[in-house]
Amino acid sequence: MATLDSKIPDGPLKDKWTNHKNTIDLVNPANKRNIDVIVVGTGLAGGSAAATLAELGYNVKAFCFQDSPRRAHSIAAQGGINAAKNYQGDGDSTYRLFYDTVKGGDYRSREANVYRLAEVSANIIDQCVAQGVPFARDYGGLLDNRSFGGVLVSRTFYAKGQTGQQLLLGAYSAMNRQIGRGKIKMYNRHEMLDVVIVDGKARGIITRNLVNGEIERHSAHAVVLGTGGYGNVFFLSTNAMGSNVTAGWKAHKKGAFFANPCYTQIHPTCIPVSGDHQSKLTLMSESLRNDGRIWVPKHKKDVEAIRNKTLKPTQLSEEDRDYYLERRYPAFGNLVPRDVASRAAKERCDAGFGVNATGEAVYLDFASAIQRYGKEQAHIKGLNENDDALVKSLGKEVVKAKYGNLFQMYEKIVDENPYETPMMIYPAVHYTMGGVWVDYNLQTTVPGLFCIGEANFSDHGANRLGASALMQGLADGYFVLPYTIGDYLSDDIRTGTISTDSPEFEEAEKSVKETINHFINNDGSKPVDYFHKKLGKIMWNKCGMSRNEKELKEAISEIAELRAEFYKDVKVPGSANEFNEELAKAGRVADFLELGELFAKDALQREESAGGHFREEHQTEEGEAKRRKEFQYASAWEYKGEPKDAVLHKEELTYDNIQVKERSYK
Amino acid sequence: MNLTLKIWRQKNANDKGQIVTYPITGIEGDMSFLEMLDILNDQLITNGDDPVAFDHDCREGICGMCSLYINGEAHGPDRLVTTCQLHMRKFKDGDTIFIEPFRAKAFPVIKDLVVDRSSFDRIQHSGGFISVNTSGNTQDANSIPISKNAADEAMDAATCIGCGACVASCKNSSAMLFVSAKVSQYALLPQGQVEATDRVLNMVKQMDEEGFGNCTNTGACEVECPKGISLENIARMNREYLSASLKG
Repeated sequence: MATLDSKIPDGPLKDKWTNHKNTIDLVNPANKRNIDVIVVGTGLAGGSAAATLAELGYNVKAFCFQDSPRRAHSIAAQGGINAAKNYQGDGDSTYRLFYDTVKGGDYRSREANVYRLAEVSANIIDQCVAQGVPFARDYGGLLDNRSFGGVLVSRTFYAKGQTGQQLLLGAYSAMNRQIGRGKIKMYNRHEMLDVVIVDGKARGIITRNLVNGEIERHSAHAVVLGTGGYGNVFFLSTNAMGSNVTAGWKAHKKGAFFANPCYTQIHPTCIPVSGDHQSKLTLMSESLRNDGRIWVPKHKKDVEAIRNKTLKPTQLSEEDRDYYLERRYPAFGNLVPRDVASRAAKERCDAGFGVNATGEAVYLDFASAIQRYGKEQAHIKGLNENDDALVKSLGKEVVKAKYGNLFQMYEKIVDENPYETPMMIYPAVHYTMGGVWVDYNLQTTVPGLFCIGEANFSDHGANRLGASALMQGLADGYFVLPYTIGDYLSDDIRTGTISTDSPEFEEAEKSVKETINHFINNDGSKPVDYFHKKLGKIMWNKCGMSRNEKELKEAISEIAELRAEFYKDVKVPGSANEFNEELAKAGRVADFLELGELFAKDALQREESAGGHFREEHQTEEGEAKRRKEFQYASAWEYKGEPKDAVLHKEELTYDNIQVKERSYK
Repeated sequence: MNLTLKIWRQKNANDKGQIVTYPITGIEGDMSFLEMLDILNDQLITNGDDPVAFDHDCREGICGMCSLYINGEAHGPDRLVTTCQLHMRKFKDGDTIFIEPFRAKAFPVIKDLVVDRSSFDRIQHSGGFISVNTSGNTQDANSIPISKNAADEAMDAATCIGCGACVASCKNSSAMLFVSAKVSQYALLPQGQVEATDRVLNMVKQMDEEGFGNCTNTGACEVECPKGISLENIARMNREYLSASLKG
């Protein structure tokens, strides 16, 4: 069994990547034509990797479960993408982006990877502009920037509130060029159900064609997973309905270590849950915290009145409001990082100050921004700054220009006008920092199996900063993996096409079919969603924003029980050889039911608070997260049958270029 | 709310298909349209019936996966939203709602309300890109200044989500709004100029080969587009096509 070697190159931090690129083996262009690579997932990581590998000359087979690669969930990213361009001249640099990311991740990420990420970030912007991505520009025709949480510079590039969409369409267009040239063979509506290992190397995958149910074998010299995060283990999250952990989990069961599963990002600004029918949660971009102020009432009597609808939030005077982020964190105020903002909202709601019927909502208020912008506009236009109605209408126009699409989205969902009354928000599961363990080359513990983007674990530590997910996805796909995979594939130039007739393919296909047949023939009584919702409740209540030993232990046994019940009582209609969404869902939920248990086990083992992982036993007197030096490692779990039997391997994290300090935003 | 749903059921591409009636009760205004269908499917599965197949993924109006022709309108009665953003408060107790797939020759039905829109992908393969290598060895992003106006207009065209509402709404099943949005995005940017001639010719050729109809300027596509893509894009593509044809 593989051991943990992160393969960090020697030499000074800033030269590691350059030296590594200069010394790794390359595959000559003629030989690349004889090598096949499978890429699963077509989001920012998978899409950009598929395009670049094809352009380099490899034969690429790309897979997505959606009806087109353009629909991968990267498309929903709103706010922006970070890059150390220092176009604003505000003191930004590669080092500062590196520093912010390591600190933001609560000193739980791998130093060399993060530095490389910061180093290639500037290139991403050049690349995307050359592809025709319409980033926002200023009146001089140059690129514009905005600010995000946890940093003190303006380094976020954006395309309105749809940055993820534009970057993904850029990667999709690069794929289209290669599909048109025949260098990428695209498989839409295909779901990967297993990875095939031959002689210890990843040599292919088993897929199910979601249209006709056919089980297919696909071989290649290497397999790349860019399959996103596992936030849907909570059932309710901001992920797409189809987002799942299956590819990563199957890889785990075939020998890839799974790292830090308990590191989950709970995003502070989402629209609260409205009822049991809810199928997913909607994010309101972090950029709103540039102008919105977060508060709850100071007194319980006002909370009651608001819940009974006898008092409107706009009627409450300033002194009766508690702007708790500004009170607790004067230096960063409403722009503290996500983990800090989410915990603070939970603290207030747990104390009984939540402002909606469920008691799980706080206000995000734009009234003072509307006032401020309105006065500014009145001044510029030489109008009466004391005319309240005029100031308000001018201010609304400015806010509309900045956040119009988000306000419209809010109004459609909640049926309240956020220009007139404060938005109600509550934290929701958004992103997972944990994932498949990879070394510096983005290779998993299975040779020939690579993992990129949100699906791997490497760059964000215990908490990801806003606008860094897009950066990592594209960095991995465009600029890192295409180089490092060559080092591995250079041994395969004489291998020839991998046969799919081997016993290993036979065995993998057989086991996939057995699982499918079990679901179809299982004469259960409850739909898949029943189990998924139950799992989500356990995860949210016991492995959510704050965790403790007792509840984590309960979660572990409850999930195991639920899993047994699921296999016994799940009801999947229809047949295996047709379009059958319930069957696809059953397979995904089966994997969530295993991952969820490992998640809780990891959270139980990590007896410290770090980033998105908050253990109630480990907090300061003021209720802040308390990191512990003895946990300065990444937890990589090895599969041994049941999740409870997983074996822990530790990758010690060392920081030679940054001083490990208490993470303070006060 | 109690409603009567009249839903298009079709087992597969070869099945003839028919409208089937389902009563549904206890629907709340805060539910999204797709959550209402989730409830219906939950009941169908529990009763041992086949659930209604429909496409959906992000459920926040950006992936373009959801479709549905609701009471004769793509994405239903509300404006500037996709079906997943449509809420039941737009309907009232006792309503009958007809739910059909997006219909077009180039969008064959896969099952029930799920259609195959891969024709859109093939149009993009024929020219929906700028031929630049993805190695990152390109010039600095700010070395190509682009006026704010052009950047904003290109962005407006680029917000197309490729859902196909324009095709479903058009009496000719024309894909002109979809194709013109991509052609416009690149036509408005200096990076797109080099290949402009080939791009518009190839994309229009592929569009015709896929079996999409012609544009007769009725403007239904613009009205039903969930992203508000403007008809101006079609005018721009026609200009691009004409000048490319003269050159070509």
